[in-house]
Amino acid sequence: MSSDTPPTVAEPEGQAPKPAPARPALTTKAGLGDRIFGGSARGAAVFILILMAAIAAFLIYQAVNAISEDKVNFLTSFTWDPDGNSTNGVPTFGIAAIAWGTLVTSVIGVLIGAPIAIGVALFITHYAPRSLAAVFGYIIDLLAAVPSVVYGLWGLLVLDPHMGGVSRIIEDVLGWIPLFKTNGTYGSSMFTAGVVLAIMILPIVAAIAREIYKQTPREQIEAAYALGATKWEMIRLAVLPYGRNGVTSAVILGFGRALGETIAVAMVLTTVPGLVTRILQPGGNTIAANIATQFADAFTTGRQALIASGMVLFVLTLLVNYAARLVVRRNTRKAGA
Amino acid sequence: MPRRSQDERDFPVKFQRYGAVAGVAVAAALALSACGSDNNSSSSSTTSAAASGSAASSCPSGTLNAAGSTAQANAISQFTKDYQTKCPGTTVNYNANGSGAGVTSFIQKQVDFAGSDYALSSTQAAQVTSAGRCGSGSAVDIPAVAGAIAVIYNVPGVTTSLNLSAKNLAAIFDGTITTWNDAAIAKDNPGVTLPSTKIQPFYRSDTSGTSYNFSNYLNNLGGFAAANKAWPGKAGQGAKGSSAVAAKVKSTAGGIGYAEYSYATQNNLTFANVSNSAGSFVKLTQANASNFIAKAKIEKTGNDTKLAFDYTYSNASAYPNTLVTYEIACGTGNDSTALPLIKGFLNYVVSDSAQSELTSLGYVPLPSTVQTADTATINSLS
Repeated sequence: MSSDTPPTVAEPEGQAPKPAPARPALTTKAGLGDRIFGGSARGAAVFILILMAAIAAFLIYQAVNAISEDKVNFLTSFTWDPDGNSTNGVPTFGIAAIAWGTLVTSVIGVLIGAPIAIGVALFITHYAPRSLAAVFGYIIDLLAAVPSVVYGLWGLLVLDPHMGGVSRIIEDVLGWIPLFKTNGTYGSSMFTAGVVLAIMILPIVAAIAREIYKQTPREQIEAAYALGATKWEMIRLAVLPYGRNGVTSAVILGFGRALGETIAVAMVLTTVPGLVTRILQPGGNTIAANIATQFADAFTTGRQALIASGMVLFVLTLLVNYAARLVVRRNTRKAGA
Repeated sequence: MPRRSQDERDFPVKFQRYGAVAGVAVAAALALSACGSDNNSSSSSTTSAAASGSAASSCPSGTLNAAGSTAQANAISQFTKDYQTKCPGTTVNYNANGSGAGVTSFIQKQVDFAGSDYALSSTQAAQVTSAGRCGSGSAVDIPAVAGAIAVIYNVPGVTTSLNLSAKNLAAIFDGTITTWNDAAIAKDNPGVTLPSTKIQPFYRSDTSGTSYNFSNYLNNLGGFAAANKAWPGKAGQGAKGSSAVAAKVKSTAGGIGYAEYSYATQNNLTFANVSNSAGSFVKLTQANASNFIAKAKIEKTGNDTKLAFDYTYSNASAYPNTLVTYEIACGTGNDSTALPLIKGFLNYVVSDSAQSELTSLGYVPLPSTVQTADTATINSLS
């Protein structure tokens, strides 16, 4: 709000009102400092955009190169042999099996991890005493600080040998579904990888959910109590609906992390040929783990094929995010403003 | 609308005149300090001391860059350490990023030679020519580090070395023999109580020279699929890297796998006696492996030296499950400043003093016939 004439200030003791000292108008002409700083900020943004475009162009070029040399359908083939080691030099590769593995392990991870994370967030915000809540928050954040290779080692050396018991129970209960049948061997399975992924996405989802639940309007909580709700009913009426959008974003974030998790999954899983349809049985592969495993020894076509699979992962993540946001938007519209 | 207080009207936005400039300057300083260090990503960067081992008494000085095989990595880091105590002014950088990556960097002229678990394939050789990496010439293979492959297993109740013939191993890794107390295995191991545990084979999910050489052995003596660096077996699970295979075998009752000899000893795993072409079982010792490698045929095409193991050799003290890794350099058309460095280091690698260090690392020293052939090749590099 600018004024051309400075407002007058009433002076005591009958003196003539003096005009207040002139203040610079709020929109001043841009000086040299402004131009340099604004220019560098704009320049940085443009530079980033150009850099990303250049990287994307380079990756797409490599990916298209590889796909054009592929002798089988890139989207439906189950084998991965772009350097033609087993086919006399003929590139034969497809992402069907590894994309499937990526989706299955990530879904398992989110199905196990998200409810636990939301439970932790609710505990920290509504059930725990203040001091305990703070400590708990730190501990959960510590989980995020553990490097993923350590998770992989732990999963391979500690968790995996013990998965047999749990897998056996699941097979006994759900074995009539072909997905849960096994041939008697357990461990190094997509289920184990899913459990490791669940632990890895726990801190992300829990931290964001915690922040969101903390912001639930006090009025709504007290209104629920005023209506005679118990604690659980209050959470169901006031907290959960309020946090639905935000927590969905948190779960999407966790899902995205699970999709791209590389080393932990590569260490826990062992590979078997073909499409893996038994999640309790050993064997499985994901796009990111495949890249980690094959990159070192891949020759030219091999690397380009790995880049192509990376692009597929990128598109997959985008699709999943978009679909989730669509669901959230539709729910929000249904629930009203 | 609430009246704005006088304070709000009087108080102009405090403009830190120099704050913005200072901020940009700090950011620029940080960005510029990130550039500048052109130390190529490398694992062991070592500086060296006096004269080199064999022919030339003067030590070339400069930096030698190499990359490639991880199987050789322990050997090469030992070699660079020793080369440095002999040659000051020489720096050897070896980046163990994998055979494929090493050969790619070699073709792109980023390194002076590459370490590879297998000789150059026809595709790779064609790329060397089309890229003009070695001028008008081609690259040569120089066998440098040899080793033995242990067939490791974890059978509950069995602590001795089982006799596993090539045929039985091929059947195990193809899934036709599924339990440890199968008649075929029991026949070769009289007096050993074999449990009925299921056999769980583990192989290398990444391409590797160990897979190549083990499948070569099984193909020649067991009717297995043709040698392939991407394991061609029909059964079992793939784990990445020899350490993962060893870890899986160790933690899985009934597991069987293959890895370089050093992994078996490091993890205290029992390994099998394998059969030779005469059908007798040979124990895995470094001496036995050395006996077998000594009988390998040296296939020389020009200066290119490839070792073809002679699986028909049936001496009772020759362990036939072995591997050899190569260094790949340009036969001609080497960079003139890099050439003396390449020659000096590679001559050291195949010399007696270097090869004798390999035994304690779990590898097998090259036989003298191969050393002679290699020295001739290295001295002819130009």
